[in-house]
Amino acid sequence: MFSITVFTNNSLYALSSLAAGMIFISAFFFLLDADFLGAVQIVVYTGAVMALYAFGMMFFDSLSTVKEKIQNPKLVFLLTGVIALIIVMIFVAPIVGANIEAQYPVHPSWGNSQDVGIVLFTKYLIPFEVAAVMLLVAMIGGIILAGKKMDISYSELSEEEIDALEKEAESKDEK
Amino acid sequence: MSLNAYLILSTVIFMIGMVGVIRRKNLLMLFFSTEIMLNAVNIGLAAVSKFHGDLTGQMFAFFIVAIAASEVAIGLGLLILWYKKTGSINLDTLQSMKG
Repeated sequence: MFSITVFTNNSLYALSSLAAGMIFISAFFFLLDADFLGAVQIVVYTGAVMALYAFGMMFFDSLSTVKEKIQNPKLVFLLTGVIALIIVMIFVAPIVGANIEAQYPVHPSWGNSQDVGIVLFTKYLIPFEVAAVMLLVAMIGGIILAGKKMDISYSELSEEEIDALEKEAESKDEK
Repeated sequence: MSLNAYLILSTVIFMIGMVGVIRRKNLLMLFFSTEIMLNAVNIGLAAVSKFHGDLTGQMFAFFIVAIAASEVAIGLGLLILWYKKTGSINLDTLQSMKG
């Protein structure tokens, strides 16, 4: 599913296959007893992020394919992939072998949501608040970045006013 | 499935995302590939969390989700700004400071 996202030329196909892939990943989270994380995955990714992308794509000419010319030979990509794979293996291998003591053990009788809530609001309270502030900053930044030059609402103007505005913009462009 | 199986799955998905980042020239596709890579890491963290009976992995996965969400907001804002300026979302047009 993700290979469709990566290799297709149509951004709409990429968007839908990415949304489907996120749901598949949430299935893995449910398999791994991380129920709350799976629910968050569905809500945040297929709900919020995909909607954001869909609205963002309205700004672009999404159906036109970007001409992608690759100058480098395929060998370079292959080598990069293999090297990255080896690096990941190197970092993962000792972790698999080592005995890690559980600092915040899972309580099977509590259920995942309760467990997560207790750890999140005691041990990880400060990172949680910092994440909240970061999301606020990101929201304001996104609004300011995307909302520039949107201070005129075209739907509230009459036809003549819109024509006057467009002429003004054209004369500005010519300068 | 064992821990190794999950880690291999996570690595494979990460590889797909990495190929996307390296290969694609469409900036929107680059964002998609970044999402895929972040999710691959999330799978790995959740798997380690389960097989070691420790909740820390899931906590990190939550914070990664938060970071991914804010990254998308800022990234799309910048991308829209860039598209308004140049009319293109090709990665090669970003090389305006080529010496």
